[in-house]
Amino acid sequence: MSNIARDLVMLAAAIVSGAVFSAPATAQNEQFIPILSYRTGPYAVNGAPYANGVADYYNLVNERDGGINGVKLLVEECETSYATDKGVECYERLKSKGPTGAAFINPLSTGITFALTEKTAADKIPIITMGYGRADSKNGAVFAYNFPLLGTYWSAADIAIQHVARELGGIDKLKGRKISLLYHDSPYGKEPIPMLQVLAQKYGFEFTPIPVTHPGVEQKSQWLAIRQNRPDYVLVWGWGVMNSTAVKEAAAVAYPRDKMIGVWWSGAEPDVTPAGDQAIGYKSLMLQHGAGKFPVHADIEKYVYAKGKGSTEPGKVGEVLYNRGMVNAMLGVEAIRKAQEKFGQKPLTGEQVRWGLENLNLSDARIKELGFEGMLKSIRISCSDHEGTRDGRVQQWDGRSWKIISDWYTADESLIDPLVADVSGKYAADKKIQPRDCAKES
Amino acid sequence: MIALGQFLEVLIGGLMSGVLYSLVALGFVLIFKASGVFNFAQGAMVLLAGLALVRALDLLIANGFPYWAAVVLGIGFAAAIMAMTAWLIERFVIGPLVNQDALTLFMSTIGVTFVLEGAAEMIFGSDVYPLRLFPTDAWFLFESLFPGGILINKLDVWGALIAGILVAGLALFFQWTKTGRALRAVADDHLAAHSVGIPISWIWFVVWLVAGLVALVAATVWGTKLGVQFSITFLALKALPVLIIGGLTSIPGAIAGGLIVGAGEKIAEVFLGPSIGGGIEYWFAYVLALAVLLVRPQGLFGERIIERI
Repeated sequence: MSNIARDLVMLAAAIVSGAVFSAPATAQNEQFIPILSYRTGPYAVNGAPYANGVADYYNLVNERDGGINGVKLLVEECETSYATDKGVECYERLKSKGPTGAAFINPLSTGITFALTEKTAADKIPIITMGYGRADSKNGAVFAYNFPLLGTYWSAADIAIQHVARELGGIDKLKGRKISLLYHDSPYGKEPIPMLQVLAQKYGFEFTPIPVTHPGVEQKSQWLAIRQNRPDYVLVWGWGVMNSTAVKEAAAVAYPRDKMIGVWWSGAEPDVTPAGDQAIGYKSLMLQHGAGKFPVHADIEKYVYAKGKGSTEPGKVGEVLYNRGMVNAMLGVEAIRKAQEKFGQKPLTGEQVRWGLENLNLSDARIKELGFEGMLKSIRISCSDHEGTRDGRVQQWDGRSWKIISDWYTADESLIDPLVADVSGKYAADKKIQPRDCAKES
Repeated sequence: MIALGQFLEVLIGGLMSGVLYSLVALGFVLIFKASGVFNFAQGAMVLLAGLALVRALDLLIANGFPYWAAVVLGIGFAAAIMAMTAWLIERFVIGPLVNQDALTLFMSTIGVTFVLEGAAEMIFGSDVYPLRLFPTDAWFLFESLFPGGILINKLDVWGALIAGILVAGLALFFQWTKTGRALRAVADDHLAAHSVGIPISWIWFVVWLVAGLVALVAATVWGTKLGVQFSITFLALKALPVLIIGGLTSIPGAIAGGLIVGAGEKIAEVFLGPSIGGGIEYWFAYVLALAVLLVRPQGLFGERIIERI
């Protein structure tokens, strides 16, 4: 054997053995959960803290409770960089891992959600899109495997307009006002537009959507147009660098920051701190919770960080997106727990976990027991309502921290549901899906 | 009807933005001019320089250094990092590929891009780091002539001043210094330059160092505008149409290309965008570039390519 051939064989052997020994060891009594995350690329500043919250909560369940009723969680992260193609690739690679395949998938990207919706239904793996994703997937009769828990973008749009109306002094004061939507030009940013058009027509305000091209580093044109049009409010549907750039550009054209309201993905620490004092007064919706520490954080610190198993610096525990990742992970864990009540205390398939999600019912008492009291209200999912709850608040940046400035709002289902029925009905007809009869589901 | 005041505001704002694109484009031109390499890593170099500067600055201020001293030392540290990067690239990437074809060298810079991006974030962190070296508020001019006046951002003006000084300095360097003339000789023909005693390794180190320092200058302005973060690497994409329009070999061309791209895309976005759905400025810059390619492939200021057959 020549030297080159020998080296090649050695190299191949090293690669193969490396792959074998570096793969997570799987046991028959483990529940596999993939984490699609983005810790690199232009959206890493928002993706990383969220992924840290998710990973730390799964770690907590294993370290504190020994898993879910003795079934340990086996977790593997896959980097998507917020790119749809990479997200689909991650899903395909991870969906069959573990003894029963992926329990569910959480892509943290509306674009990836659109790309995976048909695949996950075919593979019978639930896709949890907490606070994002397809708004029409609230209708579980059509979207059996999609779960836009806690709030869709149509709920967010309605809550934002309710808050604007309250600031103006009443819903009737919306008539004749100008409201612009500065949005990330992607499926995510476009999602609230149909609902805002419905609301504009109903309340008589002038609605102007203004797209910003990915990743959103250059917004001068958009803000010069805003300066000329002088809308009464600008809603911000941004992600990553787009959010802080919007705040800075608003300051540059002297647009008041307290007339800007970001969606709940435009209201975390990385969205305001780069703008410094220019961000003071900027507001955003809250997907129920905000920043801060609650009883569950004490457990995270005791069982995860004290053992040196934390995913981030301890100082970042309790930030907005970290908390959101924790909430998301908790809802997934509780869905598995619920499914175990029916299917047994063992690793479950995606189809079984889907049942757990659809029958998830977390009371205030249970939320308190889990250590999330103050972060979340009770939530009940059903076949016809995969969103479960549609409550939100508004927070404002004071230069150092987010302050809650409103009471709870509940999105108006009488406005949202007809749009959900219309759009999901068209989807069902297009994809030849026979909607389930929710009265017969249990 | 378009108001004159608004048009002027968008035009001036666009020209100013274009100058900021030129700051990044200049780094591409320098390396191409001197070595014939299209350096895909220029955006990553801006990120690395910016991260090195802002992290050093934060550390020095946290340790009680006066602001001005921290800025000077921070810039010095970042310049040292860029010098080290230039040496490493010359020693391990470009040097071993001497006399290879342009595509090979271009591919190697793609590799350098990923290494620099990964290394920069691994060493200096991947958060958004605020940088406040220049004022970011605005002037409102001619308020008596136009309602609301014409907005001019102070940061853009600083960017234009810096770009002007940079271009003048680089022009002097290339025309009047021995090293500058050697750089041009190496660009014409690596081997011929080597045969008359020009040390190619040294020249390539110098050119990558100068491109690194230009990246540092771009990082100070763009970092102040956006905060230093990964997205700064996307500026390379904004610089591409600038290069196509201005020409890959012309420093004044990088400025002229920037002005054309900046003004063109902003006017298109504000006045044409709303009628066709908006969000057109990114691709509109490339439409402009394609139009120039059709009539003048070497760019408006690039050297005409003449080859013997």
